Amino acid sequence: MKALLGLAARSAWARRGTLALVVFSIALATLLLLALERMRADVRESFAQSVSGTDLIVGARTGSVQLMLYAVFHVGGATNNIRTASVDAIAKHRAVEWVVPISLGDSHRGFAVLGTTPDYFKRLQYADHQPLRIAQGRAFSGDLDGLYDAVIGAEVADALGYRLGQRIVLSHGAGGLPGAEHADKPFSVVGVLARTGTPVDRTVHVSLAAIEAIHLDWAGGAPMPGVVIAPEQARKFDLAPKNVTAALVGLKGRVAVFAVQRFVANYADEPLMAVLPGVALDELWQVVGVGEKALLGMSALVAVVSLAGLVAVVLAGLNERRRELAVLRAVGAGPRHVLWLLAGEGVLITTLGVAIGIVASVLLIALAGPWVQTRFGIALQLAPPSGAEWGLLGAVLAAGVLASLVPGLRAYRLSLADGLSPKV
Amino acid sequence: MLEIEALRFAWRGAAHDTLQIDSLAIARGETLFLHGPSGAGKSTLLGLLAGVLTPRSGQVRLLGVDWAALSAAQRDARRAEHVGYIFQQFNLLPYLNVIDNVLLTTRFSARRGAQAAQHAGSAREAAQSLLQRFGLDSAIWPRRAAMLSVGQQQRVAAARALIGRPELVIADEPTSALDAALRDGFMDLLLGECRAAGSTLVFVSHDERLATRFDRRLSLVEINRPVPAASAAA
Repeated sequence: MKALLGLAARSAWARRGTLALVVFSIALATLLLLALERMRADVRESFAQSVSGTDLIVGARTGSVQLMLYAVFHVGGATNNIRTASVDAIAKHRAVEWVVPISLGDSHRGFAVLGTTPDYFKRLQYADHQPLRIAQGRAFSGDLDGLYDAVIGAEVADALGYRLGQRIVLSHGAGGLPGAEHADKPFSVVGVLARTGTPVDRTVHVSLAAIEAIHLDWAGGAPMPGVVIAPEQARKFDLAPKNVTAALVGLKGRVAVFAVQRFVANYADEPLMAVLPGVALDELWQVVGVGEKALLGMSALVAVVSLAGLVAVVLAGLNERRRELAVLRAVGAGPRHVLWLLAGEGVLITTLGVAIGIVASVLLIALAGPWVQTRFGIALQLAPPSGAEWGLLGAVLAAGVLASLVPGLRAYRLSLADGLSPKV
Repeated sequence: MLEIEALRFAWRGAAHDTLQIDSLAIARGETLFLHGPSGAGKSTLLGLLAGVLTPRSGQVRLLGVDWAALSAAQRDARRAEHVGYIFQQFNLLPYLNVIDNVLLTTRFSARRGAQAAQHAGSAREAAQSLLQRFGLDSAIWPRRAAMLSVGQQQRVAAARALIGRPELVIADEPTSALDAALRDGFMDLLLGECRAAGSTLVFVSHDERLATRFDRRLSLVEINRPVPAASAAA
């Protein structure tokens, strides 16, 4: 068997020009499958890490996925704000340990601006219930002295090269519109958070009062003509927020989660909803799963096409090799040896292709990982293949072995029929 | 050494038997020249002698063992052990070098490898000394078979057939692609080495001028005769 594999390898090497193309296409298919699976797993991991510690997200009635996406991932938009009074009422519920209101809508150079209370830095957790950590500086105080203080995530600091004391200007909405900037009230960076691998890294945090202050002289998404309120003047206004976008809620015990959820849903003064982040994530994956399956299906098809190419190339070469098979028969090879020789060649090619695909996927993740992290906030893990990835690799190899049996069996039949006199 | 008895062979789907040979015996060490027109069934007979084909009825015995009594895998193993085979042309695997082509036989039969090693120290040394005796010096050993001339290829093929001293060497028109000078040189070497190894040689050719060099000359047309219907029925 070992001798046959050696022969198969040398025979394949002699035809390396054509076979290299097959190896290349199998490697590409493997790369596609692996990269897709890694991306899928890491996106889920990354999302799941972002919602640990928060038991409920409260907001205006909308889809639960939409509320979670906006409140935690700053993706999409809110249908409506909720009243601060409602948030206070929820905070008074006996099962509730803490409530952190958040206010979204503005941005800074593509990064979301989040208005919140100093409690946010104490309460929010990520990954395996780890608290946020301030790497440099301090949190904003939340009072009028520190009105224009900002705390930035690690990614914001890295991408924009910001340090403590940096003066920054917030843009109204998603930014990009000329004139829609809060240039009159610049903020200064007082703290930089340690990296978390969650959307926190890509967020500029300011106090709720600051959000009120920069919008004092704004109405309907534009500065009010003729009204100018200077930064210092703003401190004289009532900056207590009337509305916020959503609130993150922590409970004293997980048992009460449905009771609180019901309480929020039945809240009389305002239509509200509370979602469990984990449940909302599951819903999201159900929706996204269809697309993932389609992508996986496409990649599987690419793999099938590559293996069909393998079969075609080996079969096409077979007719020219009938003399070779007769020589092998003459020196004592049986038809089954011939089968293994051809199948072994296919298996070698598939294995080589898969191996190259693995190496390429590692290189791709190593090279593109930092870019994906900054661009999409998803940390791609450079880790040994997961169970699902081994499954995919095994499937490609198994399919390769099966595909290799096609030319193998053809050669078997040919060598039985030809014996020592190939009909060529 | 090699016996045929009441052999009947027909290709699958053929209405008539291609070969009907009542009896033929070839002695150990004998060199046999077999000739006959194209289509007479020469290659078919060689396939039967080498155990690649099995007869419809009757026996073909090598060293007293009927090929048909063995399983297909046993026949393959037995062929590797006891038979060397030379084709008319394209004898070698183009992607292997000269030495590895000669050693191909020993990959399929440990016994042939051991027999070769017994006389020369190792199978590789046996291959080298055979190649040298066939006039192929060490300069061409590392070359791939595809790079050799036809004359060189046939000599490498002969070396492969003879390595490990098989009891039977079968040659199927091995000289038809060679010119006169090469042919005579090849015949000298092949017959000489077969005699030295004590191998029986069954040599098929159109070229009856070669026949004089053999112990026995046989026409396939003469021995391949339909048996009378009466005795076939009996």
